Amino acid sequence: MQNVTKIKPSDSWITLNLKELWAYRELFYFLTWRDVKIRYKQTAIGILWAILQPVLTTAIFTVIFSQLARVETSNVPYPLFALSGLLVWLYINNSITLSSNSLVGNANLVTKVYFPRLIVPISAALAGLIDFALGFIVLILMMVYYGINLTRQIFLLPFFLLLMVILTLSFGTLFSAVNVRFRDVKFALPFALQIWMFLSTVFYPLDILSEKWRAMFAFNPLNGILQGFRASLFGEQFDWTAIGASIALTFFVMLISLFVFKQMEDDFADLI
Amino acid sequence: MQVIKVENLSKLYFLGGTMHNSLRDVIMNFANSPRRVAKQELWALRDINFTVEDGETLGIIGHNGAGKSTLLKILSRITKPSSGMAEIHGRIASLLEVGTGFHNELSGRENIFLNGAILGMKRREIERKFDEIVDFAEIEKFIDTPVKHYSSGMYMRLAFSVAAYLEQEVLIVDEVLAVGDVAFQKKCLNKMRDVSQSGRTVLFVSHDMSAITRICNRAIALNKGKIIAEGATADVVREYLSESWGMTAQKTFESDAQMPSSDEVRLKKVRIVAGDGETCDAFDIRKKIGIEATYEVLRGGQILLPNYQVYNQDRVHIFTIQDVSNEWMRQKKEPGEFVSTAWIPGNLMSEGSFFVNVAVVTYLPKMTVHFNALEAVSFSVIDPMTGDTARGDFVGNMDGAMRPLVEWETAKH
Repeated sequence: MQNVTKIKPSDSWITLNLKELWAYRELFYFLTWRDVKIRYKQTAIGILWAILQPVLTTAIFTVIFSQLARVETSNVPYPLFALSGLLVWLYINNSITLSSNSLVGNANLVTKVYFPRLIVPISAALAGLIDFALGFIVLILMMVYYGINLTRQIFLLPFFLLLMVILTLSFGTLFSAVNVRFRDVKFALPFALQIWMFLSTVFYPLDILSEKWRAMFAFNPLNGILQGFRASLFGEQFDWTAIGASIALTFFVMLISLFVFKQMEDDFADLI
Repeated sequence: MQVIKVENLSKLYFLGGTMHNSLRDVIMNFANSPRRVAKQELWALRDINFTVEDGETLGIIGHNGAGKSTLLKILSRITKPSSGMAEIHGRIASLLEVGTGFHNELSGRENIFLNGAILGMKRREIERKFDEIVDFAEIEKFIDTPVKHYSSGMYMRLAFSVAAYLEQEVLIVDEVLAVGDVAFQKKCLNKMRDVSQSGRTVLFVSHDMSAITRICNRAIALNKGKIIAEGATADVVREYLSESWGMTAQKTFESDAQMPSSDEVRLKKVRIVAGDGETCDAFDIRKKIGIEATYEVLRGGQILLPNYQVYNQDRVHIFTIQDVSNEWMRQKKEPGEFVSTAWIPGNLMSEGSFFVNVAVVTYLPKMTVHFNALEAVSFSVIDPMTGDTARGDFVGNMDGAMRPLVEWETAKH
C-alpha cells in the first residue's frame, strides 16, 4: 500500500504542507462553493445585496463627504472614488469577519474529520470574491457613465487584486486561529475593522492629509493596495513607495499568520 | 501485514489549565501565576499498544470516558497524541459521526457531494456512485429538496449512505449504526459486514455488544485510558461486561455482617453457573443458565424457599422464579448449609445484560421475606448469529424482553 500515515506528537517545526493542500483541492472547491451557495439563502432579494451594499454606501458617502464636507478628489468624480474604495474595503471587511469566525463556525467539521485546517479560513475568505465581482460590474458601468477610459494600466489590476486577497486571507487565517482560543476576537474585530477603515483612503484621498500623516499612512498595507487599484482603473500615477510598503507589509502579515496558525493548529480540536 | 500499528500512544489533557476561552483568563492567570491552582492532569490514553492486520475488523469497547473517542480522534488525525506513535498504511476514512458537514439549506444532491468531499472521496468517485447512494438511502423523490425539509429518518439514511460507499482501505467507525428505523439498521449492519468481509481493515466502536460480536473478530476493551482486555471478541465482551457493571457472576459475602440475613436464614454466596457447574458471566443464547445460591439455615422447622428476580439492563423486571419442586416446596428445612440452583433454559432470554435479586421467602403459614439481596449477581447473553436461534437470519436490533425459540406450525389450506 502506497500511503503511510505517521501519527506523532506535535513537533516544533513549522512546515507548510503544500502538497497536502493540493491533494485536498476538491474539498477547497466544495467548501467555497458551499459558502457561496448558502450565503444568500432565505433572503428575498438574494445576491442583489452584493450590489446594494456598496452602491447605497457610496450614495451616502457621496452626500456626506462630497456634498457636505466638500472632500475633493482630483482626477475622478467622488462617487467613482468612493465605490472603488468601498469594493475593496467591503471585500476585506466581510471576508475577514467571515474567515475569522470560520473555524469556530465549522467546529463540527474540525472535531470530526481530518483535513488541512487552513482550508477552512481560506475558503471562507474566497467565497466573498463573488460579491466583489458583482460590485465590480457596477463599477465598470459607472466608469462608462462618467466617460472614463481604461488605459494599459488596467493590466496591472490583477496584481493588486491578488495583493488584496492575500492580505485578507492572512488576517482572516490569523484571527480564525486566535478565535479558537480567545473568543474575544468576535468582540474586538468589528471595532478594529472600523478603525482600520477610518485610517485608510477608502472614502477620502491621501492629499487632504498633511505630509506628516501621509508618511504614517504608508504603514497601513491597505493604502498601497487602494492606490494601486485606483491607479490601474483610472489611469492615475502609481505611488510605488506606498505600493512597495504595502507588498512588504502584506507578506509580513502572511508570515505571522501562517506561523501562528501552524502553532495553534494541532490544538484546534481540543480547544474548540 | 500490519495495517495499523500503535505504540505507547498516550494523550494528556490539562483540565482548567488550557481551557480558558477569553483573553482575560490568560491575563489573570499570568498575573496570579505564583498562586495559580495546579493544573489538573488527565490521561485520556496511557501507553496504548496494539496492531491490526490487513483485512481485520477490530472492535473497541469501553464506556464513556474510557478513551475510545480520544483513540479514534488520534487515529483519524483530528488531534495529536502527547507521546507515542501510530502508523497506518493505506488511505483512511474516519466516520466519527454520520452527516458531517451536512448543511440544512442544501439539497440532498448537494449534500452528497459536499459530505463525500469532506470524507475524502474524489468528485468523480462520488459521481460514479451517486445513483447507488441515492438508491441505498431510499430518497430518490426528494433528492433536490433541501435537507431541512427531510424527516430525521431520511436525513440519517442519506448521511449513512454516503459513508457506506467510501472506498478507503482503512475505515474508522464510531457508533454510526444506530440510525434510522429497524429495517434500515439491518441494512446498515449488513453493509458493515460486507465491508468487513471485503478485505478492508476496520476499526469499529460501538456500545451495542451484539453488533460488535457480529462484526468484529477481535476486540480491545478500554477502561480509564488503558487496555483492560484484548483478544477474541466474545471473551473481551464478557470481560468488559463483568468489569463495567462493577459486578461479577459470583458474589461471596465474607463476614457475618455483610450477609443478608434474618433470624432463620442467611445468604453466603450467589453464583451464575453454566451447565458444567463453572461460574460464567456471558452466555451463548442457546445455553442454559444456572442461578445458584448458598445459604445457611440458622433456625430449622420452617419452609424456606429461594426466590430469584431477574431484571434486564433497562431495569425491567422480567420474571421471578422460586423453588416449586415437589421435593422442597412444602418441606421444612433443618439447620445447615443449602445450595439451590435454578436452571433457565437456553433460547429463552433475549440478548443483553441481566441482574438477579436473591431472596429467601416463606409462604406458609405466614408470608415472610427473610432477605432480598438486590442485584447480587449479573450476567450477559449474546446471540452468536448462527441462524439456529430465534433470530433466524435477522441481524438487526431485535427488541423484546424475552426471546424464546418456539415451535412453529404452518399449514397451507
